[in-house]
Amino acid sequence: METIINFLYYSIRMGTPLLFGTTGEVVTERSGNMNLGVEGMMAMGAIGGYCAACYSGSLLVGILAAFCSAALGALIYAFLTVSLQANQNVTGLALTIFGNGVYLFVGRSLAKAGKFPLLSNYPDLAEKVMDKGIPVLRDIPYIGKLLFSYNIFVYVAIVVAIIMWVYVMRTKTGLRLRAVGENPGAADACGVNVNRTRYINIVLGGGITGLGGLYLAFVINGGSWNEFWINGMGWIAVALVIFANWNPMKAIFGSFFFGMFNVLMAWKGNLSATFPRVLGWLRLIPDEFYQLLPFLITALVLVFASVSKKKKSAEPAAVGVNYFREER
Amino acid sequence: MKKVLSILLALVMVVLCFAACGNTQDADQGDKTQTATIAAIPKDQLKIGVIHIGDPADGSGYSYTHDLGIQGMQKNLGLSDDQIVRQLNISDSDTTAIRNAIEDCIAQGCNVIFGTSYGYMDTMEALANEHPDVIFSHGTGYKSNGSNLNNYFGRIYQARYLAGIAAGLKTKTNKIGYVSAYGTELAETCSGINAFALGVQSVNPDAVVYVKELKSWFDPANETAYAEALINMGCDVISQHCDTANPQIAAEKAGVFGCGYNSDMTKDAPKAHLTATIWNWDVYYTAAVQAVIDGKWVEFGNYYKGVKEGLCDVSPLSDNCVPGTQEKIDAVKALYNDGSWDVFTGVKLSFDENNNVVKTDAALKDNTGKEIVPAGGPSVEDSVITGSMNYFVEGVEVA
Repeated sequence: METIINFLYYSIRMGTPLLFGTTGEVVTERSGNMNLGVEGMMAMGAIGGYCAACYSGSLLVGILAAFCSAALGALIYAFLTVSLQANQNVTGLALTIFGNGVYLFVGRSLAKAGKFPLLSNYPDLAEKVMDKGIPVLRDIPYIGKLLFSYNIFVYVAIVVAIIMWVYVMRTKTGLRLRAVGENPGAADACGVNVNRTRYINIVLGGGITGLGGLYLAFVINGGSWNEFWINGMGWIAVALVIFANWNPMKAIFGSFFFGMFNVLMAWKGNLSATFPRVLGWLRLIPDEFYQLLPFLITALVLVFASVSKKKKSAEPAAVGVNYFREER
Repeated sequence: MKKVLSILLALVMVVLCFAACGNTQDADQGDKTQTATIAAIPKDQLKIGVIHIGDPADGSGYSYTHDLGIQGMQKNLGLSDDQIVRQLNISDSDTTAIRNAIEDCIAQGCNVIFGTSYGYMDTMEALANEHPDVIFSHGTGYKSNGSNLNNYFGRIYQARYLAGIAAGLKTKTNKIGYVSAYGTELAETCSGINAFALGVQSVNPDAVVYVKELKSWFDPANETAYAEALINMGCDVISQHCDTANPQIAAEKAGVFGCGYNSDMTKDAPKAHLTATIWNWDVYYTAAVQAVIDGKWVEFGNYYKGVKEGLCDVSPLSDNCVPGTQEKIDAVKALYNDGSWDVFTGVKLSFDENNNVVKTDAALKDNTGKEIVPAGGPSVEDSVITGSMNYFVEGVEVA
């Protein structure tokens, strides 16, 4: 039992950066903009937020800086696609490369100068990002570990996802946002400012993905510099949007589900050793298959999503299409 | 204008054809004189090319430690900055990029070229035959040609044995985790795990080393996840053969201990880190370039040295180590230095209460019980450690 709880616990921890990425991208895509630059925005958020947190000694400043750094990337994207009508996919890919470039440039420059801030030199900050959980509640057997013993980011991620769900699905502004994503022409005719809506939500969504980057910097990599902080998480988040059917609430479960596949390779030995009869077979599968698994599931999701389209898919009809009033 | 351009291009092609012919002729001559010695190169005419898989600017890790070695060599021999040409971020699976990087070095006048990554091997071999007057030196592989291409690596397993001592003394649960890039499929990782486990057993015969294999040379997120999974199995010391300090940071967060790799990771995990297995590449680079200067390159041959020469070592022990660790490590180092013992032999080490080494004849067995070296037997060959070792010793389990 303990092994299962621990396995789920670490799945959720590994799924959290995906949750930030997916929530952000859902908000962006709901406005009719397919931003493939999540990987790059996460990278910008990671390096900007981490450095700001260390230099200021405040986690809050770090979170704000992560949001702003990633939002800056999103702003470039918004300017290019909304104002200049550039192709969304190409711009998104360029943003990935740009964001990674910024991340590598800042990180390498600091590392080369020997000035990269080490988390171990900031004990106050390290304390804040520890998996402290919620006092008292975390001591409940099993449930305490599974629900109440995470670092603060995990709870922030869930709260942000819920707020975004309320915002997109249950508010008037959210309704306008969805209208812009479905049919910008009609929304425009009703007096919704399409460009402004798109700008705001691209920047908002981008900023949220940046928090995922900050999570990877602090929790997964412990603030130790290497060139692979993001390592494909942004791409999985893009695919998860489809899995979550453009719904931030479903993204919570989707990202934790994907987190499970990401840690399965590490945990297969523990699982098969604890339950030799039921899960012993996990050990027999070659490691390469586990490495493949998150991407295989992603591919399967995309296949199923496109086969069973039409009916239930909540894909915004205008996603990927730029809106130009004169060409309506 | 177009006509002029096409004529010009055609001319360039013709010239290049001749140039290519010239090269092959040179190569032919080179083959004939392959056994001849390579003339000494005076220090001021040396130009050294270094091919890195990453960027030393990262501040830690593989390329960084190699570049520290190059800098150390430069200082030891008093070479100027413009005598070193660095090629950075050369993927070791991209033969075109490798070839371009090396030929660029040669075009800039390099007469000694160091390739630091495994995948450069075949390209370097081909280029060594094409450029018999240039000295090539390839790290971590196994190919050499007896004249202008040698191979270098180190007995890093000797240092891992020492780290194993520190880990074996520290563990209370007698479970030690090991996050490894690969397992038995690569002799480099396999021999490292085995030597570490034997080091652990020298001070703690009951301890078991649990190995989790990443199947990748860089996967930071999983390096963390693997360490966490091992800690959850009850491991209270986490050793590693992977690039980032993430396993050590995971150990620190969980309140357990660890042994790093490549560079001293005490700065990354001050409360967890015991000691790291490290490389001092300047030892090799200085010796190799000195041999070139002395005109003794061919005699210098392949290089495979260890703790004795200072090429491999453990970083200074942190305060987390238990008392007596240093004495025991020093005692084993003394054995390496006088050459009286090596790790993969039929002689097991243990320590008496005064930290003196006690040698016992005992067979070296793999973890299925198969005998590798009989009790009292000599060490397995170097070629086994570098190339064909594909088993885990007793006391190692894949988790």
